[in-house]
Amino acid sequence: MTDLLRYVGQAVFYAVVVLGIGYFSQRPIYEHIPPDKAQILLSFSHGGARVEACRRLSAEEIARLPPGQRRPNTCSRRRLPIRVQLVLDETVIFDQVLEPGGLAGDSPAHAYEKFLVPTGRHRLLVRLEDRGRTDRFAYESELVVDLRPRQNLPIDFKADKGGFIFYL
Amino acid sequence: MNALRRSLRLVFETAQNALGRIFPDAWNPLLNLGALGFFFYWVVTVSGIYVYAFFDTGAAQAFGSVETMTNEQWFHAGLMRSLHRYASDGLVVVMLLHLLREFANDRYRGARSFSWLTGVPVLVLVYVAGITGYWLVWDKLAQYVAIVTSEWLDKAGIFGQPIARNFLSPEHLSDRFFTLMVFMHIAVPLIALLILWVHLQRITKPRINPPRGLAVGTLLSLLVLSLVWPATSQGPADLLEVPADIGLDWFYLPLYPLFETLPGPVTWGSSIALLVMFLAIPWLPPMRRASPARVDLVNCNGCARCFADCPYSAITMVARSDGRPFEREAQVNASLCVACGICAGACPTATPFRRATPLHPGIDLPDLPLAAIRERLHAASARLTERPRIIVFGCGNGVPLSGLDSPGVGVVQLACSGHLPPSFIDYVLSRDLAEGVVLTGCAENDCHNRFGISWTEQRIAGERDPYLRQRVPRERLRTLWAGPLGRHRLEALLETFAAELSRLPSLAEERARRRRELAEAGDD
Ligand code: HEM
Ligand code: SF4
Ligand code: SF4
Repeated sequence: MTDLLRYVGQAVFYAVVVLGIGYFSQRPIYEHIPPDKAQILLSFSHGGARVEACRRLSAEEIARLPPGQRRPNTCSRRRLPIRVQLVLDETVIFDQVLEPGGLAGDSPAHAYEKFLVPTGRHRLLVRLEDRGRTDRFAYESELVVDLRPRQNLPIDFKADKGGFIFYL
Repeated sequence: MNALRRSLRLVFETAQNALGRIFPDAWNPLLNLGALGFFFYWVVTVSGIYVYAFFDTGAAQAFGSVETMTNEQWFHAGLMRSLHRYASDGLVVVMLLHLLREFANDRYRGARSFSWLTGVPVLVLVYVAGITGYWLVWDKLAQYVAIVTSEWLDKAGIFGQPIARNFLSPEHLSDRFFTLMVFMHIAVPLIALLILWVHLQRITKPRINPPRGLAVGTLLSLLVLSLVWPATSQGPADLLEVPADIGLDWFYLPLYPLFETLPGPVTWGSSIALLVMFLAIPWLPPMRRASPARVDLVNCNGCARCFADCPYSAITMVARSDGRPFEREAQVNASLCVACGICAGACPTATPFRRATPLHPGIDLPDLPLAAIRERLHAASARLTERPRIIVFGCGNGVPLSGLDSPGVGVVQLACSGHLPPSFIDYVLSRDLAEGVVLTGCAENDCHNRFGISWTEQRIAGERDPYLRQRVPRERLRTLWAGPLGRHRLEALLETFAAELSRLPSLAEERARRRRELAEAGDD
């Protein structure tokens, strides 16, 4: 092979390699979610109520404690599980009891749940119960929303801000 | 594993031979993968520093500053951005090819497992660096990478508050996390560089720079690519929209679609399994390790030739321990020795001529001592019935030698072409053991033991101790450096060589002629 041909060969080789690099560094396109869907992302960190309220110790109970640990109250730090419900157009699409975090069950419970839903008009209902009752929810929020294609609708929960927060 | 290795080797050999037709041997990209890795690393570093000067850290500013580079400053910062991306992709490509090739060529087990093991963390860190890099642009791809990565970390279940909540909504986004990513994107490649330095600790004179022609070609083609097809962003990140149609970098993120959809135990289980497998590969199965080279002090004069020639830094010269009047002696570190025998080929005391005394060089391979090679040489020569007789010395790592013996051709197997002391060639021809000698081994620039071919060529050319003596008629010596696919070339060479040899006067006539010439010179 002549030198010229060899140089041409090298040029072709380099061209093929960099074309491959250029192409695969951004193609083929990955369709992450279909165009006719939107996403609801329900996520929060929230601590349920304590399993038992703090209570005054009686004189005998205090006396029974080792001298270094005597105190007037007792507080169990354990938290109650939280129940969350998400209702989309009258259908319950999520209903779960979340256990508290931490080894001793004394930390907030965490939620991070995604739901792919059809685009269009929806009525959303989110509910949360953090006091251990089974017949009602302490918090409830409603949202009527027209979901755009590929819209992400995050829902957080903050008790000190009055409950659920929708980010639109 | 053996079958896998062999088939992979054939693929590499075929590709190498094809590239060998258009590239000069030294420039063959497949023979320079490690060096190309370093080259890409430096391109990434320089372009990264440049881009960093124009980059604004912070979730709100990052995207805009990168857009400015690509659109308004396309002729410098934008170009550097493209170089930075494409060289990072090139780095992944050559790194993966490099590790596959070391695997295919069985250069990752035994004493070489050190290089393999230190390569694995580099592999991981290169990926971490790439992933954090895509994060910094804060476009839709960055958003996708941030969310899938943090969700994957959360699936491990060891962090309290889910990390992915940092990307829940624009209000949750903080610059703190962003600063952490910038820091990681700078620190991780530096750690990788440090480990690369360790990676090369057991390799003498590692080739970390590609030949100039290859470097120029690579850089030029990256530049052209960057100009023709500049790297761009994919629209600003918007946490209120799901990043939908994403142009993934398939070199760095091929597993992300899987990570995203598969449950935690599967992704973590397979990630850990993959890592463990990578670390265990040198022992799957373990190499039957040949005994390391052994020094015989009685014959070692401390000349340090073996030290200079060992490709794996396995020899050190230490203070003399036996009281003989030499300053130093050679010492082998058994855990580094790959038993290539190049040291024995370098030792000045390794001469086959003294038949009265047993052949004991200063350093030798216990499993294939030079004495045994001399025995085999005699046996092979004795079997030859057809003239011209040719002795082939070869290593078997390159051109396959089995079944090559014939009435005119005798094969003597070595550990490496560099294993053969040049005096053996002289010995064959001056003791009338054959009319011609062929040396063969791996392909040029692709010696299994790194320097076997270079040292052999330099010894023959009289450029490196021990020399092949001047009196050896070079027309009776041929070398063929070719890979496992070179068998037909060897056969063709043997045929033409035999024809040439039969046209030469016999060895006895030649010796007589030389004696006459010497005598005449003496008369003058
Ligand atoms: C950016 C990444 C890497 C670079 C720049 C690099 C570079 C190099 C260089 C320059 C050599 C010496 C080659 C020579 O002079 O003969 C080498 C040897 C080696 N590398 Fe890498 N390497 C990288 C990653 C890896 C990885 C990921 C692995 C495997 C997991 C690996 C496995 C090996 C092995 C086994 C050898 C030893 C070959 C021998 O003993 O002859 N390397 N590397
Ligand atoms: S056999 Fe090879 S690796 Fe071992 S000491 Fe000799 S030259 Fe070095
Ligand atoms: S080459 Fe031989 S004589 Fe020289 S130091 Fe090595 S073992 Fe000793």
